[in-house]
Amino acid sequence: MTFTPVGLPHFLILSALLLVLGIFTMLTRRNAIAILMGIELILNAANINFVAFTRYGAINLGGQIVALFVIVMAACEAAVALAIVLNLYKRQGSINVREANTLRD
Amino acid sequence: MPSLFDIFFYLFAAAIVASAAVVCFSRNIVHAAFSLLFTFFGVAGIYVLLSADFLAVGQILIYVGGILVLLVFGVMLTNRVTNIDLRSALGARIPALIICGALLALLISILLPGHWISFREVPWKGSPWNHDAVAQVTAATQGTARELLDHQGSKGTALEIGKLLMTDYLLPFELLSIVLMVALIGAAMIARQDSNPSMRYKPRYKEPVQGEISS
Repeated sequence: MTFTPVGLPHFLILSALLLVLGIFTMLTRRNAIAILMGIELILNAANINFVAFTRYGAINLGGQIVALFVIVMAACEAAVALAIVLNLYKRQGSINVREANTLRD
Repeated sequence: MPSLFDIFFYLFAAAIVASAAVVCFSRNIVHAAFSLLFTFFGVAGIYVLLSADFLAVGQILIYVGGILVLLVFGVMLTNRVTNIDLRSALGARIPALIICGALLALLISILLPGHWISFREVPWKGSPWNHDAVAQVTAATQGTARELLDHQGSKGTALEIGKLLMTDYLLPFELLSIVLMVALIGAAMIARQDSNPSMRYKPRYKEPVQGEISS
């Protein structure tokens, strides 16, 4: 087996692995914060793709700028989601998402 | 023969996949939160390899300094919780495993070299900021003066990103700033302590037992 130098496919496969691990985390966890961690993994996977295509494809820095926007959106999402999780905890005493099945008291 | 670039790539990739697997499979939510730290640092390293210096610093500042701290606060504030293992039962995990395995097989079969990629296998040299960070360091430490000169053309991406944000991407940038402000105000609204005592936590099922921290 010959050694191939690292190129675009290597970065894309790394990002695919990260995406799948994130989806698995989201599917199997019942803790709301662990699900948030899965979302962060998925967003990071997407960002690796954007930056890899900026370097290997013939798009100018657009990919990096979109990745920057994704990072800021992730910060918004984490802030709002954690506020919701804290409220959930205050109301029902646990952050198990299986128990969060009512819309009102 | 692997170059320095390849070695660093595999190093960072191994760190990312291993720590993401800990996030995925760990029983302990605190372990998951801390291994997420290594995932974020590894992704920052990948950005450096891809010559995205500004983004790598932004990744560390925002993800590690902001989002991860928020997540750890969330863990600490909500972990009186239920002692039981909060992962799904085995019966629920097997379909997830099948779905994820199928997705991974599909993606890798698409992405494997030689199938579809008509993109350049080598970095695009068409722009001055697209430089090879590792080659630059190598040239700076052990290269000849000629090689050093070859790799000093880049001024980093920060200047160019700043210009693009103020010209081509001005509208998304401004919209994003509004979204950020609305999200922060909304988060403060939602998380605020309720003055109405009837809205406070009333145990519905059972009193949570004091126990070990679990995921």
